[in-house]
Amino acid sequence: MLKRLGYPSLEQVKSCFPQQDVLLKPKAIIECYEAIPCNPCETSCPVHAITIGQDINHRPQLDVDRCTGCGMCIHSCPGLAICVVSLKQDQAIFKIPYEFLPLPHVSDVWHGVNRAGEVIAPVKILEVRSTPIQDHTHIVTVAIDQQYLYDFITIRSPHE
Amino acid sequence: MKAFYVMILALKVVNHVRIHKHPILDFPEKKVIHFTFNGQPQIGHEGDTIASALHALGFKELSKSIHHKRARGFYCAIGNCGSCHMRVNHVSNIKTCITPLEEGMIVELEEGLGRIT
Amino acid sequence: MNQREVIIIGSGPAGLSAAGILLRAGAHVAMFERSPLIGGQLIKQTHKFFGSQKQYAKTRGYDIAKKLYRDIEAYQDHFELHLEATVVAIYPDRVISVYRQGVYQKYQAQAIIIATGASERLLSFPNNDLPGIYGAGAVQTLMNLYGVLPGKNAVMVGSGNIGLIVSYQMMQAGVNVKAVLEAAPNIGGYKVHASKLRRLGVPIMTQTTVKRAIGMTAIEAIETIRLDEKWQPIEDTETTIPIDTLCISVGLTPMHQLLSMAGAEMRYISELGGCVPHMSSAHETSIRNIFACGDVTGIEEASSAIVEGQFIGLIVSERLGYALEGYHLLKHECTTELGILRCGPFGEKIRLGQQKLKGGSSCSND
Ligand SMILES: Cc1cc2nc3c(=O)[nH]c(=O)nc-3n(C[C@H](O)[C@H](O)[C@H](O)COP(=O)(O)OP(=O)(O)OC[C@H]3O[C@@H](n4cnc5c(N)ncnc54)[C@H](O)[C@@H]3O)c2cc1C
Ligand code: SF4
Ligand code: SF4
Ligand code: FES
Repeated sequence: MLKRLGYPSLEQVKSCFPQQDVLLKPKAIIECYEAIPCNPCETSCPVHAITIGQDINHRPQLDVDRCTGCGMCIHSCPGLAICVVSLKQDQAIFKIPYEFLPLPHVSDVWHGVNRAGEVIAPVKILEVRSTPIQDHTHIVTVAIDQQYLYDFITIRSPHE
Repeated sequence: MKAFYVMILALKVVNHVRIHKHPILDFPEKKVIHFTFNGQPQIGHEGDTIASALHALGFKELSKSIHHKRARGFYCAIGNCGSCHMRVNHVSNIKTCITPLEEGMIVELEEGLGRIT
Repeated sequence: MNQREVIIIGSGPAGLSAAGILLRAGAHVAMFERSPLIGGQLIKQTHKFFGSQKQYAKTRGYDIAKKLYRDIEAYQDHFELHLEATVVAIYPDRVISVYRQGVYQKYQAQAIIIATGASERLLSFPNNDLPGIYGAGAVQTLMNLYGVLPGKNAVMVGSGNIGLIVSYQMMQAGVNVKAVLEAAPNIGGYKVHASKLRRLGVPIMTQTTVKRAIGMTAIEAIETIRLDEKWQPIEDTETTIPIDTLCISVGLTPMHQLLSMAGAEMRYISELGGCVPHMSSAHETSIRNIFACGDVTGIEEASSAIVEGQFIGLIVSERLGYALEGYHLLKHECTTELGILRCGPFGEKIRLGQQKLKGGSSCSND
């Protein structure tokens, strides 16, 4: 599916998530399914929660206990394959990378989009972070209904 | 009649816009450069090549194939393929995709092989 | 004739890295670059590079070019840069002919490093010469260097990394990418790049190709057709997509012309993208003191081009009698690094190609 269509199956997605109770604290979700020569996620993590190793073709392994959810790996990943997720009551809070214009504003309501590019549900914009170190990869924090935990991946402007 | 042509020109301009806002790159306003294309005055920007300026104006046809006179646009933009050869300042076979646009340039479409000057 | 110590042809990551080491060692370097800008493929790359952090991964391509250039800027008195200067011929005894703004000039050097990179392959289908059909590199040049949109509605042919990345860049610039077509049953490039595009709503259509382009003086639409497992067109599966931009990204092939002209022994290796020079382990071609590095020796990545460039810089500096501190260690590091970059599944093609290069049939070149 991933090979033919460009997006993973639900099982593949779920394999990247820890148990839901772990997500009461924010954790990185790394969707890097292939052995590719790449390692900035590993080298950017301040607490060494991601391991790839000497052979940079290995897939990244996350030590969930170590991960603080700081989000440094989000904008460091050239594949935009990492987001940080936590659960809060009935909401899932996502920090996602975003490289398009226009940028959303805090408290806007935008479209939540799934991995196939379809609009699934409204999301509320909670924060837009754009520090120089992120180098134009903005990090947008959004809240979406928890039932979309394994579906949501990005946002789209409702004014398109 | 004249108004009609102005309209077409305007349409072309909207069709092939220059990028003003880009999530990664900055495209600041640039100095204007005047040149002529097939005898008509045109405007490009500093930093343009001849081909990029023409493209921004909506002129996609840069040359004609030698035998069948088929329209050719640019293809590689790095001087490899030759499909952007034009007559520039009366010199034939100039690769317009890698030739920087200069003030007062005379750019013309060329039919056939072009003359060796 | 103009004499120079080392001549480097091409200012991509391979050429720049070679220059960096040579200058550090104390050599005099003259670099010739066809384009008005320095950096080769890097300058039009607006995405963050994947690869190893050691070769500037997670840095955007144009910034990598700046960083590599910064390394050599400090040696201005040893370094001579010729832009808009195309090397058009190479003769025996390491003599080159350079064309620059209507003037031809000859240079001779003690060593020449050829780092001319690659050119894009063409795809044949009816009307493939219509204006509005471009190589992916041309679209990038137009958008990312000149700030001009190629059109409004586009289709990309080819789902390798370049096809996927350039499609994403078109979306960023405001072009509507209607589809990516791929003749093979599977997406060619990294799936992280495919997913990035897919979530924008861009369909990636595998086992599908262009049947023909439609239009008179510019492209107006394309007709696509589905292919079966044996890559044969399936009847009655044609679909027409109205577009004004068709972008072709079906692979690169090494720019071997200068090497062939020099009389270097060449081999045709499909895994490496075409005609490549047969080289010693020191990356020296069959002609003494002519070296080659980067995509011209086989299509790969900027990360490997950087390391290869550094490696050749070391070899050439030693050949010319400069002893760079830590020479052996640095050389060893380069070899290890290249091994690591090529050891994964995506490096298999390169490994196979290099195996073949050692044996392999010779290339009937033009
Ligand atoms: C869209 C795209 C995305 C990519 N993404 C990545 C990535 O994420 N990570 C990664 O590691 N790699 C990536 N690459 C690959 C990388 O850009 C190339 O492998 C690398 O640039 C090759 O370096 P090079 O120095 O060999 O050649 P080039 O960068 O092609 O440079 C060759 C230079 O030689 C000049 N030249 C050629 N002939 C002559 C002549 N006769 N006279 C004078 N000058 C001449 C050319 O103008 C050019 O400037 C990407 C490539 C593309 C196209
Ligand atoms: S979110 Fe922070 S701590 Fe967690 S893996 Fe990423 S960089 Fe490391
Ligand atoms: S940086 Fe991103 S693409 Fe690269 S290995 Fe890590 S998760 Fe995968
Ligand atoms: S477009 Fe190919 S040489 Fe100019």
